[in-house]
Amino acid sequence: MRKKRNLSRGVALVGAGMSQFGMFRDRDSKDLFLEAFRAMIASVDKGLDPADIDAFYLGNYSNDFFVRQSHWGAILSDALGLVPRPATRTEGACASSALAFREGVFAIASGFYDAVLVGGVEDMSKGATEVVAEGLGMAAIPYERDVGFTFPGVFGTIATAYFDKFGASREHLMNVTIKSHDNAARNPKAQLSATLEDVMAAKKKRAESKGRTVPNWPDPKAFLRDPRANPVVAWPIHLFDCCPISDGACCLLLVGEELARNFTDDPLYVAGIGQASGRGLHASEDLTTFEATRYAAREAFDMAGIAADEVQFAEVHDCFSIAELLHIEDLGFFPAGHGYKAVEEGQTRLDGSKPINTSGGLKCKGHPVGATGAAQIFEVWTQLRGQAGERQVPGHPRLGAAQNLGGTGGTSTVTVLERR
Amino acid sequence: MGSRCLPCQAVFVPPRALCPRCDSSAMEWQRMDGRGKLVAFTCIAIGTPAMLKQGYGRENPYCTGVVELEENARVVARIQGVDTRNPATISVGMPLQVDFLREDSGSGSRTVLAFKPLPAG
Ligand SMILES: [Zn+2]
Repeated sequence: MRKKRNLSRGVALVGAGMSQFGMFRDRDSKDLFLEAFRAMIASVDKGLDPADIDAFYLGNYSNDFFVRQSHWGAILSDALGLVPRPATRTEGACASSALAFREGVFAIASGFYDAVLVGGVEDMSKGATEVVAEGLGMAAIPYERDVGFTFPGVFGTIATAYFDKFGASREHLMNVTIKSHDNAARNPKAQLSATLEDVMAAKKKRAESKGRTVPNWPDPKAFLRDPRANPVVAWPIHLFDCCPISDGACCLLLVGEELARNFTDDPLYVAGIGQASGRGLHASEDLTTFEATRYAAREAFDMAGIAADEVQFAEVHDCFSIAELLHIEDLGFFPAGHGYKAVEEGQTRLDGSKPINTSGGLKCKGHPVGATGAAQIFEVWTQLRGQAGERQVPGHPRLGAAQNLGGTGGTSTVTVLERR
Repeated sequence: MGSRCLPCQAVFVPPRALCPRCDSSAMEWQRMDGRGKLVAFTCIAIGTPAMLKQGYGRENPYCTGVVELEENARVVARIQGVDTRNPATISVGMPLQVDFLREDSGSGSRTVLAFKPLPAG
């Protein structure tokens, strides 16, 4: 039997900052991390003396490959003025900084440290697309890669299984994409901060200025159905089902619960954390669910003493649109096979009963892989503290969750934050 | 070839030396008949570097999928003999038979597990 897990000391989140996400020719991972670090310090209501930080945990997938630089925890530590305090790097593919967050939580819960800096960073846009794909492919399962699977290919395969089992179609994936763009248009830090209507208008204008035939799409779905505007990547996954290639960084400050009020009158508390591992396509009995996400969600919700229903909004790992459908089901927000209907009905929109990916998600906020887990938690922080501006979830939510996937399901984490 | 766990009879392709279900190392070889059905698939337009080198691409996508063998094990494989430019013609559940491929691996040739539709009747 699984035992219900608890922290022996409560942990609070008292600061959070993220850099702009995007593709930056002239800014490297140190520049981006410093931007996030300064933003985090500025977010601490009662101020933070960096000398009070006891240790640093950094999520970074592969500076080794993308910019030929290892050991990024300690090297960044010097740039931040944290030397000689310890720096530890965690790697779990796209879940790298969610793992750093967990390590930070454990370090404080054990009583060993009082204040821990958790960060995530990736600088992956400098190489050609094939080079980026090769770097990401290093996290793939060798057996799958050898017969020709790509990351979009794995998620395309999951999509055909989901369509076949539940009667969904490409049109339902489009609903996810449209919502992601609508939310990101209200997020100034997002990489693709534009609605699909904005994207369509820009493309029309461009065609006009170049003297080409101006396309005539009556609505966003017509645009998404147009193979010239939205070409296939790995059937049924098309370009607008995929997250972009991104650079970015995020910083979070964790402290012992009893110290939280020294930093802010509005702290958030770590109510539940879960992490689990999963297996490859051929070893999964059911391709329409992420075993690791279901396990991690149960662990996190049990620890928080809540049912899935009580989570008021969530950031989930939508590296491809189909992944959002699986995750909202695996988290227990909707029954298996009902996720696509819930999205179609608008339940996951900002004004719906369960807003999902209010930040725009990986699809539009961007997916600098090592920063994503921390950036999801940043969005939950922003929403719970009522600082999300135009994309604020209404009704002063108290409980929010973040779910982060590594690779094609090999790692999954779920974090529940609470405002008391 | 796959492996069969003697205590619990689970079949694994590719073969495993340790059974993840019961932790036994008592395995025997299991020959596969090479028939199965398609569980899920994708048609990849932007392929791996190795596939792009072979001439696959936007105009010429390739199909990969998950196949459930009659021996009750699942494999991932290339799917041949299907219309990858019209994925709607490929259906989950279609019967398949094994059809190994020889491919240039850059440093010699290698065998790739592939399947093709089982002719009707
Ligand atoms: Zn066994």
